[in-house]
Formats: sequence, structure tokens, C-alpha cells
Amino acid sequence: MPVDAGVPSLGKDLIGLETLSAAQIQFILDTAEPFKEVSERAIKKVPALRGKTIVNLFFEASTRTRISFEFAEKRLSADTVNVATQGSSVSKGETLVDTARNLEAMRIDMVVIRHGASGAAQFLGDRIESNVINAGDGKHEHPTQALLDMLTLRDKFGRIAGLKVAVCGDILHSRVARSNIWGLIKLGAEVGVCGPPSLLPRGIEELGVTVLPRIEDAIAWADALNVLRLQLERMQAGFIPSLREYNRVFGVTRDRLSRAPKDLVILHPGPMNRGVEIDSDVADGEHSVILPQVTNGVAVRMAVLYLLAGGTGAAAAAARGEAA
Amino acid sequence: MTHILIRGGRVIDPSRGTDGVADVLLGDGRILAVGRGVAAPEGALVIEAAGKVVAPGLIDLHVHLREPGQEDLETVASGAMAAAAGGFSAVCAMPNTDPVTDNQAAVGFIVSQAQRAGKARVYPIGAVTLGQRGEQLAEFGELVGAGAVAVSDDGKPVGSSHMMRTALEYARTFGIPVANHCEEMSLALGGAMHEGLISTRLGLKGIPAAAEEIMVARDIILAELTGGHVHLCHMSTRGSVELIRRGKERGIRVTAEATPHHFSLTHDRCAGYDTNAKMNPPLRESKDVDAIRQGLKDGTIDVIASDHAPHHYDAKEREFDLAPNGIIGLETALGVAIRDLVEPGILTLPELIDRMSTRAARIFNLPGGTLAVGAPADVLVLDPTERWVVRPETFRSKSRNTPYGGAELVGRAHQTVVRGRIAFDISAP
Amino acid sequence: MPSRSPLLDDRAIARTLARMAVEIVERCHGTEGLLLVGIQRRGVELAERIGRLIEASEGVQVPRGKLDITLYRDDLQAIGPRPVVGETSLPGSLDGRTVVIVDDVLHSGRTIRAALDELADFGRPNRILLCVLIDRGGRELPIQPDIAGQTVRVGPGERVDVFVSELDGRDAVELARAS
Repeated sequence: MPVDAGVPSLGKDLIGLETLSAAQIQFILDTAEPFKEVSERAIKKVPALRGKTIVNLFFEASTRTRISFEFAEKRLSADTVNVATQGSSVSKGETLVDTARNLEAMRIDMVVIRHGASGAAQFLGDRIESNVINAGDGKHEHPTQALLDMLTLRDKFGRIAGLKVAVCGDILHSRVARSNIWGLIKLGAEVGVCGPPSLLPRGIEELGVTVLPRIEDAIAWADALNVLRLQLERMQAGFIPSLREYNRVFGVTRDRLSRAPKDLVILHPGPMNRGVEIDSDVADGEHSVILPQVTNGVAVRMAVLYLLAGGTGAAAAAARGEAA
Repeated sequence: MTHILIRGGRVIDPSRGTDGVADVLLGDGRILAVGRGVAAPEGALVIEAAGKVVAPGLIDLHVHLREPGQEDLETVASGAMAAAAGGFSAVCAMPNTDPVTDNQAAVGFIVSQAQRAGKARVYPIGAVTLGQRGEQLAEFGELVGAGAVAVSDDGKPVGSSHMMRTALEYARTFGIPVANHCEEMSLALGGAMHEGLISTRLGLKGIPAAAEEIMVARDIILAELTGGHVHLCHMSTRGSVELIRRGKERGIRVTAEATPHHFSLTHDRCAGYDTNAKMNPPLRESKDVDAIRQGLKDGTIDVIASDHAPHHYDAKEREFDLAPNGIIGLETALGVAIRDLVEPGILTLPELIDRMSTRAARIFNLPGGTLAVGAPADVLVLDPTERWVVRPETFRSKSRNTPYGGAELVGRAHQTVVRGRIAFDISAP
Repeated sequence: MPSRSPLLDDRAIARTLARMAVEIVERCHGTEGLLLVGIQRRGVELAERIGRLIEASEGVQVPRGKLDITLYRDDLQAIGPRPVVGETSLPGSLDGRTVVIVDDVLHSGRTIRAALDELADFGRPNRILLCVLIDRGGRELPIQPDIAGQTVRVGPGERVDVFVSELDGRDAVELARAS
């Protein structure tokens, strides 16, 4: 049974890409490949995680990420439970610590958590024995999103190293941006960020990214654009004057794309604000890989769940001599 | 009366610029003699201080004792005990209690609780505005009459420039400083740590240095306008130090304090979302730490004040954004200061004692800070070279929220004398 | 450091495979509906060679598929945190076909059990046969090969290793003894 002894174990939790090595990230992407095939079968199920209980603990509303994880879990034959905070004990004031301990007392194997506070996934992971997968914590990281973005880029270009990827939009508030920056840089891509200065975080250049002041610069420079969703609250909080102005100045439009020196690939984590950060004819156009991203999302999440769930060290060592 | 003779220690008195081996005789709540070969009167308690340092008792101008309102976190008594254990013979208690200390009855309550405790002195600081709501001035006259030594809305800034101006002018009548927590709220709101590379990596909203500096500039200008005395609480940025330096050069009545954590820790400490690294103002960058240290050296920053802020374990055991700001500091301040200022040669020990005692007494017009004959018998015997490991479970404070747990500090209080009575003795259980 | 003794050299392997190819065609009464499915790894290479041998003798292209059973193992916990999952690809539907599973070594039978479960998720073949290069005994499940190239007696602490030139640079079957 081939075991890649060169890659250090992912550990108990997947909190973010900042702390993973390039080899580990590469390994997750490679593991996602066979899972793509599973989703193409008539019976989209393998028994790998049979008997495992996974709780989807979503403190923030999210349809697409939760459904993607749910599909991933069910296709691995795991038992899934969804906890949304509306009407739950959490909304009645139960702390994250207590929620964690209660889940653990029910002997669950894995928790997929999405939470509004940065650091919440690590907070949970430090306090319970179950595997914890970060499905987005505050503005900190959203590792599975970045992984599926990279997988999609790799599908399109055959590689990540040397690619120029521009992340465009509200970088300041974006966990997707942060995870993408970590992952892409570790795998040797060049990363640019593009957005209004009021939405760029302090010290961003020190992370190794190039700041591209205007969307036209990003389009001229990049091989691929990862277009982030601009939230209405940003306008209300005074970061930008209006969504209309944002589209006029920073929107990814067909017109702007037509002046690109190369055939750009367009990614978007979804859900899209059509006509704000991205125009419909771009989102639905031939450069867009937005739908493949969604397909890859399930495969990547299956890979992550599978790798985290698999085995303990001692039993693994014992089994290594075993034959078929 | 009971005499105390502190024998053979290195006596450092920044108020008179003296530093040499001597004996100190205390009696009747006062310093009776300082010199060599002082004889111990009959029945005197003798403290052998050879190899140790004898200094005026330390004075902390900025602590939060949670009484009334949150006595489970700290009381005047437990805070006074913690202060004495840290080498402080006096502390000034901020008014953001529940209810706020904005009237003479509340001030009087603190005073009487402190007297009952009989440990370190506790001087109340009254609120600038009623309820600290920023709308209406509190009755400074009544507050001072009941024992308040300054006014502050700390916890919050005095947001309105008009209110701050009025407070500075009115406070002149009573000769008290207005101590401000400098934070421009529209810039800082929602921030959990310093705005910089670390906040970007952790995905936390940051508080830019400008939020503090804008109000520092404002307050210095208002102090100049009014001729009042503004005292700037817990300075944390190099920009603030620069502004204060300029202000002092121009003769403006501005004084400033800095906490031990702001000259010993940086925002890197927030890695891993450690809520014991969360306070307001936040930990900043190493350039800011250097500037604070330099400011203490050249006197731009007048004093070290702990901003001792007790919080419950459960409150801090939360997501970083939701955890309350603040750490305790009375029992680690001296050890951190000697380790990070004296040992590296930034301040001499006499300069440190000046910043932690003599100058504090002077700028707030308090008794103490001196070992002159006739002065109150508030004396500290410390071992400035003792290396010790911080064990929070042994603290006298009721709370444990400190980032220094397990750290090795240098310098420790051995005996703290307040009003001529031993309030803390390290050898006593 | 295990000590090794050879069981089959490259010529012996070639002869065995040739015999196995003939047996398959015999047992299946020809090549109609035949599908060779190699188990990752090495079963895939062996299935490929058998397929070419059948092609040479019968003049007919026999479709080949690859099956990775990692996700169907019953001992997922034990194989460790970093199992490498290989490619699974099956041409067309399994319904109505005669599937011949090809693997290098048959031991406990658990791999084949996993393979049968996985094939069941793909469809319903008319018939499934098992063809292995080496049967080393030590069954833990009631699974037997229809065609076995060689049957080998293996003692405790011993292992049969198969090497194929496509992956390992040489063809050999060896008995390895942990010393």
C-alpha cells in the first residue's frame, strides 16, 4: 500500500494554509484528483468514512459551502449533522467553548466550522479532540476555498508555479484572499492584489504580493483573476462610496477583458454580485472557470476530510508490513 | 509606637539624588532617620537589608479595582494586597466601576474600603463626566473633597474636544490633572489589536497608531490652550512619544505614563489568538517599544503605570474579538521593568525608581516617593537581582489574566511598608 | 534488512502470464464482453500485459480498466494518515460483461473483497473472475482465485514481492524474509 512517507502528516485539524508546507498543499491537491472521479460515477459514494460522524457547525449563514461539505461528507459515506445557529442553544448565549465540549461529549469525529470570529477554528481545535476543519473563520482563512481555487488553476494551466494570479476586490475583509495568498505563494505562483486602497490591509506587501493599483493593471499583468465578492456592508461602512462606482472603476467587465494581452482565466468564490465586481457576460463567458470551481470544491473537501480522518500513527506503522 | 529599622541596604532616594548604603528608621508612620549606624530603638522590628535595595514605596497611578460592581474579579482589599506584593505602597484607582465613581459617596467608599484593608494606599480617581457618558461634567469639587486625586473617564476617551477643554479648565481650580485614555473612536471602533502585519495575517480588525496619536495631539493642544494639566494614560506609540516630547519642550503641562507591557511586548504576542495579549491600547511594533523605552529614559514618559485590569478566566476564554481588553500587572510590573529596562542598561535603577515612585508622587501631588526625614513611612525593600518565575496561581490578585505566566522576571519586592506597617513580607506565608 | 530469494525470474513470469492469458480465454469461452480490470498497483500493469497477449493470440482488442481500492479498504484507520489514492477508470458500463479482476498477489483476500464492493457500485457484471499472478495462501476471507499463475507456500515473517519493469525497472517475484 503506497504511503507517501515524505509528506508530514496534516495533524489533527485544517485551520489554514499559512501553517502548511508546499508539500502538504501539493499532497492535498493530488489526493483530490481521484475524488473528482468519484463524483462522476453513477453511484457517487465510497465507503471510506463510513461510520464517522461529522458535524457542520455553521455560525454564519452559508448555503454553498455547507452544501459542498455535505456532499463531500455523504459521498465518503459519513453521517452528517448540520447545526445552524438560528434557534440553537448558541443563539441563546452558549459559548463556543461549551458548544465544543457538548459536541465532543457526543463522540463526534469531525467538526466543520464556519464562524464570524477570526481564530474561532483554532480556538475550537485547541479544545476538542475531534478533527476540526475551518470552513471560514472571520477574516482569517478559508483554506478549502483556496485549495479548490488552486486545483482549478492547475487543471487549466497544468501548474501553479510561475503563474500570475491577481486577487481582486475587498482584500481587507477577505479570508479567501488570505488563504489564496498563502497557498499560491507557497506553490510558487506570483500573487497580485487589486482593489481600492481603503480595502487593502496594512502590510500586505510584506506577505510577498504585488499591489496593482487599478483593475486594468491587474488584467494586463495576470494569467488569472480571482474576483472577490464585494459586500454591501462595505459601502455602508464608508469604505467605498457606492457599488455602482465600484463597478465603474474596479469591475471586471467584458470591455476591460477584451484588452487583456492574454486569455485570462476568471475565478470567483461565489456568490457573485453580478454587475458589481463582475459582469454577467464575464461570469458566464468562456474565460470563466466558476462552475469547475464548484465541482472541484466537492473533490477538495473530500480529500481534506479523507486525509484528516485517516488513521493513527501506531496502527499505521503496524499495518505497513501487511500485504493484500 | 513600633519602630522598624531597615538595616544595611543600598538606599536609593531619587527625590534627593542619593544612592548609598545606609540604615532607615521608621516610626509613628514617618521616616525618622536615614544614615549609617542608626541604632535600633527598644522593641524595633529589624529588617536586614544587606544586599538589597531600599527605595520609596512604588506608586502606580493607574489601576482598575473592580469594586464596586465586579468584586469577584478584584476588590479594593485584594487589589491593595496585590499592590503591596508588587512593591507598591500606593495606587490610584480608576473610576470605571459599576456604578461609576462619579460622586462623593462613591469616592468616600473607595477610601474607606482601602482604610479597612490596611494594605497599600488606594487613592480614588473620579470620573470626568457623570457615568463616564461624556455628556456632563462630574462635580470635581465634591470628588476632590472626598479624596479623589485626579479625574478620568478611562476605559473610554473624553471624546468631545469641548468637554475635554472644559474639564481641563475646571480641573485647574482644584489643581488636579485630567487623565485621558487617548483613542479616536471612529478610527478604533471594532479593532482588536494593533493595525499592522500581524492583524493582517490573523484577519483581525486593527487599531491604527493614529487613533492614539490624534487624541494625544488634541489633548496637548488643549492643555496649552487652557493651561491645565493633562495626563496621558498608557502611551503606546512612537508618534505619541514624539508629540509629548515636543509638547514638553514648549512648556505645556503634559505628563504621560506607559505600562510595562508596552515596553516589553509587541503585537507578535497575539499570534495564536492569545487573549492575554489583548488590551487597549494594543501591543504595538518593536519600533514603538523602543520609543517608549527611550521616552522613559529621557523623561518624556514620566512614569510607569500598570493599568492593572482584572478579568475572569471565562471572559478571556473566548474568541479573540469577543474577549475583554486588559491584563493584570501589579505583581509583575517591577520584575518586568528591571528585566527589560535596567538589565539591558536603558535605565539605571535610581532612574527606574524615579519613574515608579518619586515622579509619580510629584505629578499627581501625592505624599510619598521620597525617603526624606519626616516623609510618610512608605518604603520598599527589594532584591533587584532576584530571578524568579511567574506563577499566576500564587498571585494576591483575585484574577489571573497575565501574559507573563511562566516567564522569568528579574527583581522582586521583599518587604513593602505602608504608613510604617509592613503591608507585604515575602517571607510570610 | 530482509533477505531475499527469487521465486520467478522475468522469463518465468512471461511464461506464467502467457498461460494465464490462455486460461482466461478458455474460462470465458472467448473474448466476448470481456473486461480486464487491474487492481492498483501492479495489477494494472499485469492486466495490460495479459490484454496484449490475448490480443496477439485472438486478434481482438480486449478493453482494460484500472481499479484503486483504497477508499473501500476495511482498515482505513490502520493504513496511516497519508494513503495515496491511485486512479480508477472503467471503460463503459459493467452491466452484462465478464469482468476479470487481475492482481499481482492474493493473500488475505481483503483487497479483492474491497474490489468486489467497488465494482458493485459501478454496475452489475454478468460474471466476475479473479486472476492472480501469485497465490500465497493465508486467506482471511472465503475468496479464491479462478486462475492463479503460481501457488507459493509462505512461512511466518515472510512476504512475496512482485516487481514489474514498468514501475520497478525489472520483472521478478521474490520471497522476502524479515531477519
